[in-house]
Amino acid sequence: MFEDLRDLYQEVIFDHNRNPRNFRVMENADRQVEGFNPLCGDRLTLFLKMDGDVITDASFQGSGCAISTASVSLMTEIVKGKTEAEAEELFTKFHEMTTGKEEHINLEALGKLAVLAGVREYPARVKCATLAWHTLDAALKNEANAISTE
Amino acid sequence: MSGFDVNKIRQDFPILAEKIRGKDLVYLDNAATCQKPQAVIDSIVQLYSHDYANIHRGVHTLSVRSTDKFEAARSKVKSFINAASDKEIIFVRGATEAINLVAQTYGKANIKAGDEILITAMEHHSNIVPWQMLCEQTGAVLKVAPMNHKGELIYSEFEQLLGDKTKLVSVVHMSNALGTINPVKKIIAAAHAKGIPVLLDGAQAIPHMTVDVQELDCDFYVFSGHKLYGPSGIGVLYGKQSLLEAMPPYQGGGDMIRKVTFEETEYNTLPYKFEAGTPAIADVIALGAAIDYLVAIGMENIAAYEAELLDYATAKAKQIEGLTIIGEAEEKGAILSFTLNKIHPHDIGTMLDSLGIAIRAGHHCAMPVMDFYGVPATARASFAMYNTKQEIDVLMAGIQSLIEVFG
Repeated sequence: MFEDLRDLYQEVIFDHNRNPRNFRVMENADRQVEGFNPLCGDRLTLFLKMDGDVITDASFQGSGCAISTASVSLMTEIVKGKTEAEAEELFTKFHEMTTGKEEHINLEALGKLAVLAGVREYPARVKCATLAWHTLDAALKNEANAISTE
Repeated sequence: MSGFDVNKIRQDFPILAEKIRGKDLVYLDNAATCQKPQAVIDSIVQLYSHDYANIHRGVHTLSVRSTDKFEAARSKVKSFINAASDKEIIFVRGATEAINLVAQTYGKANIKAGDEILITAMEHHSNIVPWQMLCEQTGAVLKVAPMNHKGELIYSEFEQLLGDKTKLVSVVHMSNALGTINPVKKIIAAAHAKGIPVLLDGAQAIPHMTVDVQELDCDFYVFSGHKLYGPSGIGVLYGKQSLLEAMPPYQGGGDMIRKVTFEETEYNTLPYKFEAGTPAIADVIALGAAIDYLVAIGMENIAAYEAELLDYATAKAKQIEGLTIIGEAEEKGAILSFTLNKIHPHDIGTMLDSLGIAIRAGHHCAMPVMDFYGVPATARASFAMYNTKQEIDVLMAGIQSLIEVFG
C-alpha cells in the first residue's frame, strides 16, 4: 500500500525506530547537548564520552518520529571510535546527502547512513534526519546551549 | 436536511478533482485552511478582469465599481454574523491581526498594571501571545482557565477566575486542536454580570455554525476569511460600535483619516478608522462571494451534515486498536485529533500523504494543549462540508495499513 514510500521508510529505519541503539542516559558524559525541532516537537539529548579527540561512546534519550529516531540511533553507532574531525566530515557528507545538493554523492562512504538518502525527496522531513547531526555538531563544538533546527 | 447534496457541492470545488501522488485527493486539513469554491475564484478573476481600481478615492468608474463591491462585501459580513451595523465590521488580515488590534488599542487604553486578562487552556497561540505582549507592556497578568481531560473548559474554575481585577475575557469559540465548542453564551453572560467585555476567537467556529453576534452579545468577534472558504490574507474584526468608537486607532495612514496637517490629524469615522492603507480589495470581495455561497447552502445544513461526518469518523476511529482520540468534548465540531501508539504524527502525515490524504501533523499552534496531554504533537483530520463518509473510510483504511507497516 505504501510502495511510493519505500525509499523513505526502509526496513533499517523501521528496525532502528522499534529498537533504538544506544538509547540510554550516560553517566559521567563529557558532553551533553539537547536538540529540539520546534516544528514537530522532536526532542533528544545526546551524550558523548571523549578520550582526547576520539568519541569513545555515544548515547541518546528523547522522542521523535521514525526518521529522527533512526537517524540518531544510526549516528550513535557510527561515530563511536571516530575522531572529532572524522565525525565532522561525516556530518558534512550526511548533510549533502539529505539536502541533495551534490549530484554524485558517494553513498558508500556513508555506510549504513545511506538508508536515509530518501529524505531528500521529502523537504518537509529533512530536518527530522538532520536534527541528530546538528546536535552532534554542537556537542563537538562544545556549545552548551540547546540547539534547534529552526 | 433540505436539499444538501455533497456531490453537487464537491463539483463547485475544482481542487477536489486533483490527483495527489496518483491518488484521489482526500483533503482533511480544513481546520488549517479550507479549499475555495469556483464562485470565490471567479470573483477574483472578475474583479481584476473588469472592475478593479483603488477604493474610496477616485471619481472614475472603476474606482466606484470597486468601492461598491467592497462595501457590499462588508454588508454581507454584517448580515452573515448579524451585526447591528456595517460600521462594526473592520477588515483586517486575519483573526490573528484582529486580536492584536484589540490588544494594542482597547487593551492599551483600558488595561493597567495588576489588571487581569482571562483566557482558557485551549487557546491557539494567536489568542495567547498578543495578550502576553500586552501584559509585558502594561504589567497586567494573564490568567488561564483550566480544562478537563476531555478537552472541556472547567466552567466552575473559569467563573472563579472572573474577579474584580479581570478587565477582559478572550476565549476561543471552537478549539482548532480539539474541536471543543465552548459554552460562550454562558461565559459572556457571566462576564457581563461583572461588567467585563468578552472577545471570541471565531476562526475555527465560523465555517461550521451559525454565528449571531447580537444573540451571543459578545463585545468582539474575530475570524479569518481563508477558513470560511474565502481567500487568505483577509479577516474580520467585529466590535460593538460603542467600544470601537472609544478605541484609539491601530495603524496610521491613508483611508483612516479625515483631515491631515503637519500639526494634527483628524481620524476617520468607523469602520475606516481601523483600515489604514489600501486593503486586500479583491480578497474582501471574494470573501463576500464565499458568504453568498454559504448562505445559499445554509449554515444549519452544513452544521447538521458535518455533525454526521464527525459521528461517523469518531465511531470508526474508536474501532482502531492503538488509536487515542485527543479531545472528546460533549460539544464538539468536526475535528478528529488523534495519536497512534508509538507512531509519531509526522510519520502518520507522510504515510497518509502517499495515499493522497492530507491531514495535519504537529502542535496545531497550540503547544500548551500538547503539553496538557503530554504529547509532542497529534495527527488531526478536520472535516468540511465537501467531505464524505467514503473519504473517512479511505482515511481509516490508511491508518490501519500504516499501523501494520510500522509493526
